[in-house]
Amino acid sequence: MIKQISVFVENKPGRLAAITEKLYENNINIRAFTIAEAGDFGIIRMVVDRTEEAYTALKEAGFTVRLTNVIAVEVEDEPGSLHKIAKALGDAGINIEYVYAFTSEEHKALIIFRVSDEERAKNVLENLGVLFKGEIK
Amino acid sequence: MYWNPAIERLSGEELEEIQERRLRALVNTVYEYSPFYRRRFKDAGVHPSDIKSLNDLSKLPFTKKQDLRNNYPFGMFCVPLSQVVRFHASSGTTGKPTVVGYTANDIRNWVESLCRALVSCGVSSKDIMQIAYGYGLFTGGLGFHYAAERLGSTVVPISAGNTARQVELMKDLGTTVIACTPSYMLYLSEYAAEMGVDIANDTNLRAGIFGAEPWSEETRKRIEEKTGIVAYDVYGTSELSGPLFTECTERSGIHIWADMFIAEIVDPETGEQVGEGEKGELVVTTITKEALPLIRWRTGDITYMESDKCGCGRTHPRIMRILGRADDMLIVRGVNVFPSQIEHVLLQIPEVGEHYMIILDRRDDGLDEMTIQVELSDRVSIDTTSDILNLERKIAEKLKSVLNVWAKVEVVNPGTLQRFEGKAKRVIDKRKI
Repeated sequence: MIKQISVFVENKPGRLAAITEKLYENNINIRAFTIAEAGDFGIIRMVVDRTEEAYTALKEAGFTVRLTNVIAVEVEDEPGSLHKIAKALGDAGINIEYVYAFTSEEHKALIIFRVSDEERAKNVLENLGVLFKGEIK
Repeated sequence: MYWNPAIERLSGEELEEIQERRLRALVNTVYEYSPFYRRRFKDAGVHPSDIKSLNDLSKLPFTKKQDLRNNYPFGMFCVPLSQVVRFHASSGTTGKPTVVGYTANDIRNWVESLCRALVSCGVSSKDIMQIAYGYGLFTGGLGFHYAAERLGSTVVPISAGNTARQVELMKDLGTTVIACTPSYMLYLSEYAAEMGVDIANDTNLRAGIFGAEPWSEETRKRIEEKTGIVAYDVYGTSELSGPLFTECTERSGIHIWADMFIAEIVDPETGEQVGEGEKGELVVTTITKEALPLIRWRTGDITYMESDKCGCGRTHPRIMRILGRADDMLIVRGVNVFPSQIEHVLLQIPEVGEHYMIILDRRDDGLDEMTIQVELSDRVSIDTTSDILNLERKIAEKLKSVLNVWAKVEVVNPGTLQRFEGKAKRVIDKRKI
């Protein structure tokens, strides 16, 4: 399990910059990033190198920010990798609520999942040998 | 327990008979003795002889705060000053000051009204009552003082302020009942805690009678949780005499003594009477006041009324909690909406904060649209967009059930809505009317 930061953000010019500015000021590196948008607002989800510092910096700046445990898997950066996992979860009847991915020099391809049944998903992924248990650097 | 059991338990018909008799006498008196009322009646095309029953009440013109201001200081008095035994005056925070006067009978009736109320909420001659409303031109202090003394309670006439002394005397003299504003009670309990005094455990205080400012059920809960006392609401305005009515021990509304006052609820826009249980502006006709009788006085306070018999055995009608001021009323798609109702709903939802804005706009198809902006609190879950959408829907549904009109809810980041010092301006009306 790794920690993801989610931030509520109003759909207005400059709001994202206000968040990234805080991260930049604190020398925090974003590893993975996605925005789910819903009309007047969006939810930013991200994985960063120094999670606690990022959380504190955003919180102190007045943002509505949360830390959530999410499942990460590490796979080879090659065709079919995501498919293998998505199929295994689908076959087990586990719903994927959202997913985003990133690659880096440090890791192979890392995929972040939020699923309907966390415990069972962990078992499925563990059996596939892809569950990421390290730390994001 | 009753202060005046015969009167407090009269049947509805008997009360109406008294009201009718006193109303007819009142309109004759004011027409005779007050040039103001005579002119007002003539302008409205009504003569005292037109008032034959209570049903004719609505023929009478309203009186308003502005009338008192325009006739400052004595223009609406109906007795010579030689018969006036006391003045009280309002501070004029919302305009020019107003002055009210009392005959000896007026003082007696004021005391009678508040004595009935105090007994109805369980105050007796055994109580030690700390009166922390201001004494002086404000009616709160002296109003409670006279009634509590008449009742035989032991009065601590400390007036407002000097909080350390309040706590000290409360402890040393064994105060059992306090009368003050609800916000002062909250301050007092915090102050006491800083002095190392826990009101719940270190004092004999068991009840408080709170009013003179709008307050909510949430504030009542906070006071009761902090201090372990029972909090009662009191109603009255200086024009009607001062503090006059409180909740009874049932705490399902405030009894308005029908042998002294005729209460109506009207639509603040049209002035038409509304049905039983519908909200609107409280309008009061004083049927025993002598120095400054008021006919259909627009209190500006929004509430609703119930007239079925109360669990306490009293038959006099009850007004419910004051929901807001008529001046604050919004009309959205023809429905009367009070910002206080919106505030009340938002306070019950932990996921949002206490600051909010109301934005009114009119769509191209001519329908009004109300948007409520509210800040997220610390207790919201923001993992997925549906967390937020569900929260917005939940708030909208609660608002709909209270307001009877849909509002769009928009949550925003904490700290981003405007803060107000003093009177808040939470409504932005963009409608072109």
